[in-house]
Amino acid sequence: MSKNVVPKIQKEAKAVEESILKRKKPTLRFPVRSLANVRYLAKEGYFEIRGRKKERTLTVNTVKTFAQTLRMMALSKTLVETDDIATKREAYYVSKNWDEARFLEQTESDTVMDDVEALFEVNREQLGFVPEEKGGDVAGNLVVIDKDPNTGKAIRIDCTKFGSGAYSIPISVEDLKFETKAKFILVIETAGMFQRLVKHGYWKKANCILVSMGGVPTRACRRFIRRLADLQKIPVYVFVDGDPYGISNIYRTFKVGSGNAAHINEFFCVPQARFLGITPQDIIDYKLPTHPLKEVDVKRAKDALKNDPFFLHHKEWSKAIEHLVSMGVRAEQQALAAHGLNYVIDEYLPQKIAHPEKFLP
Amino acid sequence: MAKQHQLELIARDKTERPAKKKTAPKAALKVASKAKPKAKPRAARKAAPVAALKALPKPSPKPIVALTATDMAARQREISVSEFFTKNRHLLGFDSPAKALLTTVKEAVDNSLDACEEAGILPDLTIVISEITETRYRVVVQDNGPGIVKAQIPRIFGQLLYGSKFHTLRQARGQQGIGISAAGMYGQLTTGKPIRIASRTGSSKPGHEFEIQIDTKRNQPVVVSDRELAVKAPPSGDDKRAVERHMEHGTRVELEIEATYKKGRHSVDGFIEQTAMANPHAGITYVAPDGERHEYTRVAQELPKAPLEIKPHPHGVELGILLKMLHETKSRNITAFLHHDFSRVSGPVAEEIVKAAGLPLTMSPGKAAREQAEALYKAIQATKLMAPQSNVLSPIGEELLIEGLKKQVTADFYSATSRSPAVYRGNPFLVEAALAYGGGHLPADELATMIRFANRVPLLYQQSACAITKSVVQTTWKTYGIQQSRGAMPTAPMVLMVHIASVWVPFTSESKEAVASYPEIMKEIRLALQDVGRKLGLYIRRGLREADAEKKRSYIEKYIPHIGIALQEILGIDDKRKEKVCATLKDTLERSRKNE
Repeated sequence: MSKNVVPKIQKEAKAVEESILKRKKPTLRFPVRSLANVRYLAKEGYFEIRGRKKERTLTVNTVKTFAQTLRMMALSKTLVETDDIATKREAYYVSKNWDEARFLEQTESDTVMDDVEALFEVNREQLGFVPEEKGGDVAGNLVVIDKDPNTGKAIRIDCTKFGSGAYSIPISVEDLKFETKAKFILVIETAGMFQRLVKHGYWKKANCILVSMGGVPTRACRRFIRRLADLQKIPVYVFVDGDPYGISNIYRTFKVGSGNAAHINEFFCVPQARFLGITPQDIIDYKLPTHPLKEVDVKRAKDALKNDPFFLHHKEWSKAIEHLVSMGVRAEQQALAAHGLNYVIDEYLPQKIAHPEKFLP
Repeated sequence: MAKQHQLELIARDKTERPAKKKTAPKAALKVASKAKPKAKPRAARKAAPVAALKALPKPSPKPIVALTATDMAARQREISVSEFFTKNRHLLGFDSPAKALLTTVKEAVDNSLDACEEAGILPDLTIVISEITETRYRVVVQDNGPGIVKAQIPRIFGQLLYGSKFHTLRQARGQQGIGISAAGMYGQLTTGKPIRIASRTGSSKPGHEFEIQIDTKRNQPVVVSDRELAVKAPPSGDDKRAVERHMEHGTRVELEIEATYKKGRHSVDGFIEQTAMANPHAGITYVAPDGERHEYTRVAQELPKAPLEIKPHPHGVELGILLKMLHETKSRNITAFLHHDFSRVSGPVAEEIVKAAGLPLTMSPGKAAREQAEALYKAIQATKLMAPQSNVLSPIGEELLIEGLKKQVTADFYSATSRSPAVYRGNPFLVEAALAYGGGHLPADELATMIRFANRVPLLYQQSACAITKSVVQTTWKTYGIQQSRGAMPTAPMVLMVHIASVWVPFTSESKEAVASYPEIMKEIRLALQDVGRKLGLYIRRGLREADAEKKRSYIEKYIPHIGIALQEILGIDDKRKEKVCATLKDTLERSRKNE
């Protein structure tokens, strides 16, 4: 999958060289990476990038960034050809050999890297760049079939055998295979809730696979669950905090992708995901202790209602968010502990799982 | 001051009207609320009537016992200027020991420079301050001026408000004749030492050395010692003071005062440095208390154009002054009085004014009653008159302003402007401004340094009360590419210098520290600042453009090779082709940069 990126890089570089030799100023065209440049494909279930592009013409003012972009492309080509990888931080340090063209801060190199990624409409892993972050934790009725990095021999990883620990989703999940008889995948926002469910063997009781996202899910995490759910044809339920962040940032990114990585959303989203909770209605039904919405929460909610194509498309969601804003409160997953530490296992989840048709889209 | 002056005159006029005697100026040396003026021998230099002292605090009556008018009359008595000063020395700039030192030096230096210029001599000043104890200093100021005749020395230095400048309208440093005698009195009060004066009027004439004290009750000089100096003073190489004392002509003033010495801009050091800036025709040697010797060499080898004395302009005269002038004039009739005693009043115009006032043309000025004077005053105000002559002022000039600045401030850019004269309340004045900017020696992120001058005298205190400061703050410096917070001085590596020259600079107080905010003056200062500001703005913008162009040029040099390297790595082109790509790109960009 990654080899075809080299011809793309070469083609772009050739165009630049030719236009220079024709005494013209070369131009690179980058897709605009923002929510304003995506549309929600309801049928396919993800954010698709629209045609808006920004042009970067090589002028006196842009010559530095232009040079850096080209050097980043050259680095990517080398990585792919030598079957190597570099983390974002490593790429930043590689640039220290570029004399004047070196980056002074990693944020600068990250931006250029994101630009290159979008320019070729590929995932950064295909360019040989890998993120620092880890992908997420998995426990439950699942066998992951990976390969030994040295021998290439298949390795069977049984996710029921990690005891109180968990299997860590690798950065590249494209070649993984799965075996499972689980009835659903439960995706959890916080590591704390994940640990409670693992400790009390909830996956055994409910015959499911538990995945901890630890906040906004990484691309690897999304891709892992997407492939697992596609291949094994099992439903995905998402369990996050009942606040604007849990809904509009975590759940929405998980399900349909983000504006920033719009060019790859097609692969890095989980359209079959459904929202288990905490819903605004849960706050009332389960009499959950709450905290008042902060100013930033309200702003985020209003922004979602106004600009986010996903929520604009789903009326149930618009209503739910409006409901939350009108109550002016938020409730965390762990708020269920107010009714007893294992209330979530004994009461909340079973009641919810019994009626998946009531889940928010 | 003028206002109170007027009040007193009016009051006196009502009660006794004695001032018809034209033989002598009013004997105001004795300032008295009720005293009958006694004729005094006319001095070469006139004495000033003092009004400010009229409203002096009387001994406060004990509140419990009711007093009769007779009782009170027994307590009411004359207060001398000197007594007034001892109680109110802050009014004259002696409010703290540090300021007392500055004021003393300032008064002596002002007198020396004025004297030299009047006599057409390029001034050479020596200022020596030495520490006697931590709170006691000796100040010596010596000039190469014309000297003072023996008979005048005691009164000039031993009597307050005795001087030559109060009665003239002429651009000069001193105004009232208070300064140096006040310094002497301050020394006498704080150390008990008399002021010591040595003066010689010519190399062939004997010099005189006096020690003078002031009888503070009577405001009269008391000569403690009087010694004739030999025609040729023996210059001995060993005795430094003797060498300093030797002079062909000039005056040397020595005082011992209670004071403290501090370094810095608001101290004597700053004053002398700034004096050198505003007086490029003066050579100044200054020996500080720590023994450090500062030489400020002469920049201009010519004296500034001598300022001319003018008669008052009718529009600048208040009723009280008018009354006084009416009673003192030598003119026989009121029409001639207007024509001769004022500037810008021709014969026909004088007649027009008198007619408008409804007075007979031939009326004797001395006979004018208060009502008639008032009618005359109103007629003057209603008459259109030519603006006062303005060529009477002596500006420093743009060239010398910049020279003076350059001598003290190292900067990248200098500009100066010298505006044409304008008029406030009938007094001609002119404003000059100069600035120094940039260059790495001036602090970049601090407020600009402000240096103020009035008639070439640095103003060190009361900056915020001064019309100059107000004008600087009100000027929009952002227009010229300089940062400025609301209501503050501009923030820039900059020294601003503003000079106001006038026949009568309106100060906010007797200590002459801040210029009063007349709208006409504020306007001229603003225009001067805008003028130097515009020149600076051009310079700054040119600098920015050049810096920007330079940055872009260096961008091309720096980053194009990296485009070549990247393309070589990706496309595997050979070095020759890489060089060609780089050269072509460089050419293309250079061309487009130039077309921008």
